[in-house]
Amino acid sequence: MTGPRTMLDKIWERHLVHSEDGTPDLLYVDLHLLHEVTSAQAFEGLRLAGRPVRRPDLCVATIDHNIPTTDRSLPVLDDLARRQMEVLRDNVAEHGIRIFDIDDERQGIVHVIGPELGLTQPGTIIVCGDSHTSTHGAFGALAFGIGTSEVEHVLATQCIPRTKPRTMEIRLDGEARPGVSAKDLVLAVIGEIGVGGATGHVIEYTGAAIRALSMEGRLTVCNMSIEAGARAGMISPDEVTIEYLRDRPFGPDSDTFEGAAAGWLALATDTEATFDRTVVIDAASIEHQVSWGTNPAMVGPISGVVPDPADVESQVDRQAMERALTYMGLTPGTPFRDIKLDRVFIGSCTNARIEDLRAAAAAVRGRTVHPDVSAMVVPGSGLVKRQAEEEGLAATFREAGFEWREAGCSMCLGMNPDVLAFGERCASTSNRNFEGRQGAGGRTHLVSPAIAAASAIAGTFAEPEGNT
Amino acid sequence: MDPFTQHTGTVAVMDRADVDTDQIIPKEFLKRIERTGYGRFLFNHWRFDENGGLKADFELNRPEAAGASILIAGRNFGCGSSREHAAWALRDYGFRVIIAESFADIFQENADQNGLLAITLPADQIGQIKHGLGPSLTVDLEVCTVTDDAGFLARFTVDGFRRDCLLQGLDRIGLTLQHAAAIQAFEDCSN
Repeated sequence: MTGPRTMLDKIWERHLVHSEDGTPDLLYVDLHLLHEVTSAQAFEGLRLAGRPVRRPDLCVATIDHNIPTTDRSLPVLDDLARRQMEVLRDNVAEHGIRIFDIDDERQGIVHVIGPELGLTQPGTIIVCGDSHTSTHGAFGALAFGIGTSEVEHVLATQCIPRTKPRTMEIRLDGEARPGVSAKDLVLAVIGEIGVGGATGHVIEYTGAAIRALSMEGRLTVCNMSIEAGARAGMISPDEVTIEYLRDRPFGPDSDTFEGAAAGWLALATDTEATFDRTVVIDAASIEHQVSWGTNPAMVGPISGVVPDPADVESQVDRQAMERALTYMGLTPGTPFRDIKLDRVFIGSCTNARIEDLRAAAAAVRGRTVHPDVSAMVVPGSGLVKRQAEEEGLAATFREAGFEWREAGCSMCLGMNPDVLAFGERCASTSNRNFEGRQGAGGRTHLVSPAIAAASAIAGTFAEPEGNT
Repeated sequence: MDPFTQHTGTVAVMDRADVDTDQIIPKEFLKRIERTGYGRFLFNHWRFDENGGLKADFELNRPEAAGASILIAGRNFGCGSSREHAAWALRDYGFRVIIAESFADIFQENADQNGLLAITLPADQIGQIKHGLGPSLTVDLEVCTVTDDAGFLARFTVDGFRRDCLLQGLDRIGLTLQHAAAIQAFEDCSN
């Protein structure tokens, strides 16, 4: 391809193994991340077909979805969960795949450990049997979730057939307001374009408000691309990316780092290149966000009220809103700041990195969790946990009355014992507020770490003091 | 994979937008290590009350939806999680075809991998199907039509490669392995 190219074009071209008219392009995968929930049937498929794993050296596994976040020395009581973990261990042992198991400090949520270990690198193609693989695009990688059949496909061939998606630029111009985080920005974007707003597209996030984000913030933004239906989300590498990756254990070593970094900067979309769609949002217009419904686009500013279905013209949308409000137990017109909470969850691949925990701890320091609220913090990885303990964040949380747990996906999807009881209302830093996501009948409100922490103190949705 | 050529069956209508895969197969049922047996958990929290009784007002529990093998859905069906268990559960329950205004990308791919035909029609044609239901519909992938006995006819489009894979039940890993030499050459160049 000649002429100006997008970052997607550049990554696509350099991974093209085979291309012919009438079939999808065959792309080479640089990194295949595996976890216990979506891989067992893929390994079994290989076994039945008598196929080997082509590149075990390009696969990395961890255990995150099922694992209890309480004392790691205790046995896993859930027989099915324990079996699923054991099957992963057997499979990676059989095929010689590296695993960060639960006795390894580097274990954690797959989308947290990839970046922090330097496994995630700009310009690469990364897949995983998990929709939040979009997270890794924050480094200028093409990273997307796949189903179990395609996990098997990549294990067997190290390639994935794909038709090139359309491109969508989401430009966040201007400067975010003080205290408004990456989570607020991305929730507002999803609220604007809808849960299917980016279907069939790879999003590239651009603009001053994106450039101003730390690597952790960019990971949060790209993580939630899938909640707008996008194939993937990407941010072109810059000095922030390069400095984050310097000295990471699985990144380039010091001899080759500068050369690699120069190559990363060249990935940026050419100035004259065009996107299939562009959405421009003024970052300064975005407040702290709170979701009120049962999908991530059902969201509004914390200063607002629960919306009224009567104001909605489309019958489909009105019915969806009515159903959501019934499920959520909310009355139109109720100010978000008056909604009482039972639980607060700070964690998940969206918001369990060190910066997230720092933001939450800052809103907590010297205060106490509201007596009606049960609150927990689940760090994204063993390394995040240790760093938070060294920085005194864990002590801050504990002293305030938060539970301080071991790393895992935990109550983001509640496949382990961390679940909401029927009807419980939770302020959560996770990514999905679907019905039953955190436990059957549970009511999830998506918020940023700072809002979750301040709300745990207040017992209702609240902003950190000094930030209202 | 089972080939898909033509299918005739009765219809269940699910008049909702943005049905997510957490509803199709809740996380409680993702700990199994098999590919089969998920049908009884399909839409578990919508189908069953806390005591395991059927919720009478849920679309699939209505008498006219009994035995349906074609699901009519709204826009953005299958959004959210990449769990292929959603496609496995729909197939295992007895669905062969889903007709919707649009699908989430990963769900569409998972459906394709399992011989579950996910096709899109415009809202007005879906409305016609919903409101003028005959006893059954026929979906023909060879000629890309949806028809009924009363003269309803809708044409759908489907990417040629997807269509070939479904019609012939092709092993996609096998297709990729036909390019083993190209894969090897790519790896040799990268090293």
